[in-house]
Amino acid sequence: MEISARGLWTLMHGMGFGALYLLACSGAVIELRRWNRASDGNETATRDAAFLKWYLMAMAALAWMTVLTGTYVIYPWYRAAAPAGLADLSSFPQALLKAKASTAEWHSLGMEWKEHVAWLTPISITMAAAVAARYARSLRDHPQLRAAVLVFTFVSFLSAGVAGFFGAMLNKHAPVEGGSTIQVMDGEQH
Amino acid sequence: MTPKAATPDAEATPRSGSGAAAILAAGVGAFLVGVLAVAGDHSAFLKQFFNFYRPTGPLSGVTTLAIALWLAAWAILEARWRKRDVDIGRVNMVAFALLGLGLLLTFPPVGDLF
Repeated sequence: MEISARGLWTLMHGMGFGALYLLACSGAVIELRRWNRASDGNETATRDAAFLKWYLMAMAALAWMTVLTGTYVIYPWYRAAAPAGLADLSSFPQALLKAKASTAEWHSLGMEWKEHVAWLTPISITMAAAVAARYARSLRDHPQLRAAVLVFTFVSFLSAGVAGFFGAMLNKHAPVEGGSTIQVMDGEQH
Repeated sequence: MTPKAATPDAEATPRSGSGAAAILAAGVGAFLVGVLAVAGDHSAFLKQFFNFYRPTGPLSGVTTLAIALWLAAWAILEARWRKRDVDIGRVNMVAFALLGLGLLLTFPPVGDLF
């Protein structure tokens, strides 16, 4: 079983950081909705506030790792210019997609949207984490601040979802492959 | 959004100004991502200017500039509002509108209208 170095980076970006972020979003939305209930006891409220702070900070770290690996590691491989007249475009995903009318929109709509909308995710969730850290348990006393944190967290989920969906579809139609080959495990021939 | 000066009896809980600064700045940041993406797409000069890191192309400049301006806006608003109570309802309305516009502008069919 082998994987290319570029394939491994794509896997870390999408299935590692990105998918984990999307999974974490549901937990964050539920936790933030729970904060709208009547206040628990002091000790519970302090524990909940600490949990929410660290949870959102972990999400922010995931969001930044996702966009930074996507923009500065994988995107350059995706958009690399193919030499003129090259018949096999499999190492040049953007050129491969644009070469056929049936796949061109995956680039002109999918990648063009994904590459920008994805950046709303770290902006939104960093704000949410900062507010949770600043206000801790007193966030319960600021319903409008909680509402803003909830809305921005939900929008971060939407933007990450758009980026994740198009990332998966782009990788299906024109995978980013190449670089050195990593042997994951030896297989038996049948 | 008119800030009110802090009163001594409310020192125990943090003022709303710090949160308002973070929320409004995030709205500004999201909006800037959309605006700069559209600008870079429609102007040959800006497309070249945004080419901060050649392998990534104009996307590097669009996002770096948006992030830098978002952080600058946050720092300025935090310095001005930290010790004050701010009308969070109005801040939220403005921030949500900016966030919505940012989302819309990143959608290529909308960006292509300009």
